[in-house]
Amino acid sequence: MDFGIIFSQTLTQAIGITAIIYCLAAVGLNVQFGYTGLLNFGQVAFVAAGAYAVGVIVLTFDLSLWLAILVGILASTLLALILGIPTLRLRADYLAIVTIAASELLRLLVRSIAFKDTFGGAQGLNGKLGQQFHDLNPLPSDFTSLPVLTWTRQDLWVVIVGWLLVVLFTLLVWGLVRSPWGRVVKGIREDEDAVVSLGKNVFVYKMQALVLGGIIGGFGGIVWAVAKQSVQPDTFQPDFTFFAYTILLLGGAARVFGPIVGAIIFWFLLAGVGELLSQMIQAGYIDFLSATDVGSIRFILMGLGLMLLMIFRPQGIFGDRRELALDAR
Amino acid sequence: MPANTDNDLASANDLMPGRAAAVAALKDVPHVPGAQKPDPILVADHVSRQFGGLKAVDVAHVEIQRGAITALIGPNGAGKTTLFNLLTGFDKPDTGKWTFNQQQVAGMSPYKLARKGMVRTFQLTKALSRMTVMDNMRLGASGQLGERFFPSLLPFLWNAQERANEVRALELLGRFNLDAKLDDFAGSLSGGQRKLLEMARALMTNPEMVMLDEPMAGVNPALTQSLLGHIKNIREEGTTVLFVEHDMDMVRDISDWVIVMAQGQIIAEGPPDAVMRDRQVIDAYLGTHHDQALTKDGTSLTQDSSGE
Ligand SMILES: Nc1ncnc2c1ncn2[C@@H]1O[C@H](COP(=O)(O)OP(=O)(O)OP(=O)(O)O)[C@@H](O)[C@H]1O
Ligand SMILES: [Mg+2]
Repeated sequence: MDFGIIFSQTLTQAIGITAIIYCLAAVGLNVQFGYTGLLNFGQVAFVAAGAYAVGVIVLTFDLSLWLAILVGILASTLLALILGIPTLRLRADYLAIVTIAASELLRLLVRSIAFKDTFGGAQGLNGKLGQQFHDLNPLPSDFTSLPVLTWTRQDLWVVIVGWLLVVLFTLLVWGLVRSPWGRVVKGIREDEDAVVSLGKNVFVYKMQALVLGGIIGGFGGIVWAVAKQSVQPDTFQPDFTFFAYTILLLGGAARVFGPIVGAIIFWFLLAGVGELLSQMIQAGYIDFLSATDVGSIRFILMGLGLMLLMIFRPQGIFGDRRELALDAR
Repeated sequence: MPANTDNDLASANDLMPGRAAAVAALKDVPHVPGAQKPDPILVADHVSRQFGGLKAVDVAHVEIQRGAITALIGPNGAGKTTLFNLLTGFDKPDTGKWTFNQQQVAGMSPYKLARKGMVRTFQLTKALSRMTVMDNMRLGASGQLGERFFPSLLPFLWNAQERANEVRALELLGRFNLDAKLDDFAGSLSGGQRKLLEMARALMTNPEMVMLDEPMAGVNPALTQSLLGHIKNIREEGTTVLFVEHDMDMVRDISDWVIVMAQGQIIAEGPPDAVMRDRQVIDAYLGTHHDQALTKDGTSLTQDSSGE
């Protein structure tokens, strides 16, 4: 068993591209759920909107990636409006139902034969999606790899820009939630009617939060398409959203740094357990499992860990237990 | 309370010109349900709301005098809260029209009505638990630039406004004995303190008319006295007050006019003493067989009814 490899693999994944994508999705959820109390169970739809915008604009229509990013933002906004207009005036649970249904509907739509020419059907869109971005890579062309962190030259460039995006959106969220705007949305989370009675147009605030969180999630999809140079419908399953929620709760909802810490720890644990198990199986320490089981076993262990977290630290890593106790009154 | 001498009354009126004006304005208003007022801020017609087979509210006509404290009383389930909900836009009536400041406001969304100056509190208190007392108050202030999406990112645009609102919030919190609780979560306050916070928060909006649904419920007697004083002050500052209350002593103490509801309808109106002598009101409150008084010191003249 090589602990060096386990460590380097785990760390690389903990702050790697996938962690960034989930982190962006969770930053968006933090705006929607953490601060405003909106139950968006279809965050993956916004990620898909961002990813498919890149796929369709760059591959199907052979246009610029920069235009694609703009379209991704517009698509996320449009999706938020479509989901929000009929549901945000209703009770909170309606949004939850509509968003989860819409995310599945959207996935089935883009993978359908009818739109194969545009969205590529079940195979999705594969090709040089992020070329324009990768052409800008400032890293020396003889770059091989950092010590410990095993990204390729191309991946490292995505990781750098990806974390910059995370920092940028985190700053934006921080600026918003410490302002009177943030006070209003937190009020909406606590009791919508009280905020209405003070003369605030609650619908507009909820819509703003839904759109902003959707756009940030959409950027997760844009990073995805650019990094993996491929957009496939079946990667946008509902479990994506639930992992993003896990990350948010792990770090602590309604905490500015919650999603970042949550994403890193989530992927550190998931990758760490996976690497460790694989190595142990390879070395013959475990003989009742095969290497192919590792994928699912690590999620089982993850679930167990989350249950323990919820029992012993339900407020997440950054949360304030005092706040949580208030709900019980 | 011993009967007021003319002297007492005169000095009280000097101290409270708002009260004197309200009493004078309401002097000639007939003591009948739906009576016309000289200067109504709110006029409602044929407002009704049905829940299944139950007509919770069925008000033919009602007017609320501007600048006065009006009490809305009635037994449990009379429809007082439902009427509040309808008038403030939180519930939609089956029929009815009403004006606020002569403007038709039926069907208007509740936040718009609040902006027009008609601000209510809730019978079941709505403190924003996971926000501090001070943040609850800041939220009350209206017209905040920092509450708009893009300006919110530029604190120098709204810092001055925020400071001014804080000064006002501190002053109000002081009045309501909450100034020691500034940085506590609202959820950690006691039930009575939450009532106080909700009222103070409503006043942060600078309302033209406040509608308080049982503001004294759960507030201790010592504080009730000062709270009554605050409500009187609100009137002196020119704000119209409409409030629901079950304690008749308080109603008699502070209201200029009393409206009585029972089974969804307005059954009586008048100044407190007259209303509490009204047979119909006593019957609605205590049932037809009773020998109690509505207030502790017996102003409802139960001698009249004890012969049954
Ligand atoms: N949402 C609702 N659905 C069904 N019935 C309702 C609803 N709201 C109120 N009611 C009924 O309407 C009637 C009036 O209720 P309301 O709350 O207005 O009474 P109230 O005068 O405020 O009483 P209290 O003094 O106890 O607060 C009651 O019989 C109540 O059961
Ligand atoms: Mg009530």
